[in-house]
Amino acid sequence: MATEFQVNGQAVTLDIEDDTPLLWALRDELDLTGTKFGCGIGMCGACTVLVNGRATRSCITPVESVGNASITTIEGLDPNGEHPLQKAWVQVQTPQCGYCQSGQIMQAAAMLQDFPDPTDEQITSVMSGNLCRCMTYVRIREAIKLAAGEMNGSNTGQASVAGGATNE
Amino acid sequence: MNKFHRYLNHPEGAEANTAETSPTTTRRGFLIGAAGAGFTLAFFRSGLSFAKPEEVVKAQTFDPTIWYHIHPDGRIVVNIAEAEMGQHVGTALARIVADELEADWSKVELNHVDSDPKWGLMVTGGSWSVWQNFTPMSQAGAAGRKALIEEGARLLGVRPDECQARNSQVMAGDKSISYGDIVSRGNLSRTYTEEELKQMPIKPPSQRRLIGRESRALDIPKKTRGTAAYGLDAKVEGMVYARPVIPPTRYGSVVNSVDDSDAKSVKGYQQTIVLKDSTDTVPGWAMVIADSFHAANKAADRVKVDWTAGDTADVSEEDILDHGRKLIENPDKGAIMFPDDGVDEAFANAPDVFEQDYITHSVLHIHLEPVNALVYEKDGIWEIHTGNQWQSLIIPVLAKALGVKEDQVIMRTYMLGGGFGRRLNGDYAVPAALAAQQLGKPVKMVLTREDDTRFDSLRSPSYQRMRMAFDDKGQPVAMEQHAAAGWPTQVMAPFFMPEGANGEPFDPFSIQGAAHWYSVGPHRVRPISNDLANATFRPGWLRSVGSGWVNFALESFMDEAASRAGKDPIEFRLGLLKAEGKNAGEAPNSVGGASRQAKVLRRVREISEWGQSMPEGTGLGVATSYGQERNMPTWTACVAKVDVDRESGQVTLRKLTVVTDAGTIVHPDGALAQVQGASLWGASMALHEGTRFEKGQPVDRNLNTYTPMRMGDVPELQIEFIDSTEKSMGLGEPATTVTGPAIANAIFAAVGVRMRAIPIKAEDVRKALQA
Repeated sequence: MATEFQVNGQAVTLDIEDDTPLLWALRDELDLTGTKFGCGIGMCGACTVLVNGRATRSCITPVESVGNASITTIEGLDPNGEHPLQKAWVQVQTPQCGYCQSGQIMQAAAMLQDFPDPTDEQITSVMSGNLCRCMTYVRIREAIKLAAGEMNGSNTGQASVAGGATNE
Repeated sequence: MNKFHRYLNHPEGAEANTAETSPTTTRRGFLIGAAGAGFTLAFFRSGLSFAKPEEVVKAQTFDPTIWYHIHPDGRIVVNIAEAEMGQHVGTALARIVADELEADWSKVELNHVDSDPKWGLMVTGGSWSVWQNFTPMSQAGAAGRKALIEEGARLLGVRPDECQARNSQVMAGDKSISYGDIVSRGNLSRTYTEEELKQMPIKPPSQRRLIGRESRALDIPKKTRGTAAYGLDAKVEGMVYARPVIPPTRYGSVVNSVDDSDAKSVKGYQQTIVLKDSTDTVPGWAMVIADSFHAANKAADRVKVDWTAGDTADVSEEDILDHGRKLIENPDKGAIMFPDDGVDEAFANAPDVFEQDYITHSVLHIHLEPVNALVYEKDGIWEIHTGNQWQSLIIPVLAKALGVKEDQVIMRTYMLGGGFGRRLNGDYAVPAALAAQQLGKPVKMVLTREDDTRFDSLRSPSYQRMRMAFDDKGQPVAMEQHAAAGWPTQVMAPFFMPEGANGEPFDPFSIQGAAHWYSVGPHRVRPISNDLANATFRPGWLRSVGSGWVNFALESFMDEAASRAGKDPIEFRLGLLKAEGKNAGEAPNSVGGASRQAKVLRRVREISEWGQSMPEGTGLGVATSYGQERNMPTWTACVAKVDVDRESGQVTLRKLTVVTDAGTIVHPDGALAQVQGASLWGASMALHEGTRFEKGQPVDRNLNTYTPMRMGDVPELQIEFIDSTEKSMGLGEPATTVTGPAIANAIFAAVGVRMRAIPIKAEDVRKALQA
């Protein structure tokens, strides 16, 4: 069965098995490989994308359930890859191996819609579904606060940063 | 191969045997030759066409694998043979070159090379990269600077001694010329002999402009945009997808029959093949082939394979640990790591002997990108596309499996979705290669998380026995450490095993951290291979390898010994960390010896809450380490603060304070990131991870039951580095080895029970409290 939906603002029609997880449709059919496969059971968050603005684990989401939905992946979060979260992730030098970070950023993007100025408790409870095996958690938290500060137009999210750097 | 020769020659690592001087028999020089537009700067074996740099550059016969290229537009591309797995290794290495070169950092780029044998040994592990490459990288940069100044001076019409280089420019008074222009207009071709290379004017630390300064890692921006390419992202026209059906035992399972009748209704399913593997890397594997991963995945769940299982089909975690204990109790087993004269006499004559056993359970890597590989043949060359940490180890196996010569196999480089040692063992490339050959088409194999876990080269369970002899004043006079575990190096790279003092070979990685710097009189260290572990699974190198279990036993035991001697745990250790005799330290690697370990320990005492009174149920524990190797010591000390709930036994980690002396820090923010990650890894293994074998397989297969640390579990972190201009040491692993024992010791301080096994589960703490 053909499924129609929007990905990063573009209409797509895929003629694949209805039960194909959205993850593999994005990666293998649409070549959007920024979304990653980690556990296949929705427990690591590496596959997180936005479906109609909500953070969704694409590895356990069959394409048939997203018909007509609007999907945003890491590639579509910002046309230039400079969403405040992405900039903050670079500023704080968050990624190590980087494999989970697309999912972390997408989860954080959804959170900032719900909690524009998240508390530590809110960050912990929302982000605990996303595993980072390199354990960059301290910097994920810092980068979220930095991005929230920028999106709110304040300077309160200013982080004391490590990579606050000389080369750019 | 000097990394490993160090072990062969000096297993204890106490003798001077430095990265620069060790056993390369070939002499090396340095050359600069025109290549396309621009010039390449590289090391080469000095037996090769010394007079013709261009020919060496064309052949790219560089050794060691360090070279860079300056383009006419001023771009400087530094080639990196090390795997990028989150340690930002390329950034650290490029900054060493760029600093000596006086390069404009904004013009520096990285290029990760493929596995061509001409690059020499390719392995990224052991926290070696910066330690091993610092000197040659500095020489390479300085040689380039010298040539650019000479040629820049000629073009400016001045003398070289009137010039200085800075920010990719050669300047003399008010004249200047950029590196790009020198490359365009001048002729940089030169060769330097090994002697000349040694004379290169390496800058004093005070004149460094990049090393030790803040900088951004070059690999990071792509990792925020989803554009970094990992092995999983590799694709080629015409490939089919494969998911394996993994047999009940790691070795010895034989396929009797395959029934795929239920799989045939899966749209896109093609066939199931049984792999023929002459290397015994993946015995008993079947591969389910399909048009898409989804189809392969779904079909694999429906394919029924009947096996005759191998011998280890009923082995449990307890069996492996019991076997380890019995091996320890047999004095004829194992290697004696270094001469231990006087140990038996000291114990026989001691008025007090203290003995304690410790256990660590199996630990899974759970690198977040499950292992995968894309393999195809093109023009007689087998292309292997996968993330890997030790190309040189697996290429001969791949060649044998495929029945081709090693130079017909090439590994392409990708970012690693977590390494942590799992991808030192490249066994996962073999089934993809066999399937591609059997099918005659490109195969993209992806393991599910469950497959990956069953096939993990996990950290072996360990059983250890510690003994200490005290004199009548309560001073230690002799010590023993016996450690039985599965040995990755014996199974996968036995040619790297040194011989112990009793002539028995041993896995140096599996006993790292035991050759400690405490002065305790005669010292016996006896590593023992647990052959039941080796038969049941393929033991892996996992972040810090043996020191992960060795230091848990050592530092838990030192705490218990301190209690027995009636001393404060830090005072007790400081009293034994004396920079004298074999613990005095040696240039260049261990200058200061035990005094530097004492320094980090004193510093962690100062900046933590050590000595302050804590509320009921809260405690502080300490642990320290020199890291893994005596000639690459990363002096580390940690204080952990925990709360223990007496009712439930639940342990909450409140804070980790970690002090590290790793000599010169090249990339400070990267160094901090490594210590943050390593500290939390150690804590995660102590409190949140760990699995056990049941019926020959790890019981935990996915993140529903295997539960590494999450954001809510992260304690407050206080991390400090000792300011130093000593030689750079490794940083990726040492902090993992101190947090576990510090936590166990903190639990004792909080509620008075000793936890002698990790992971430490609430149930075990509760039981210990009730006992």
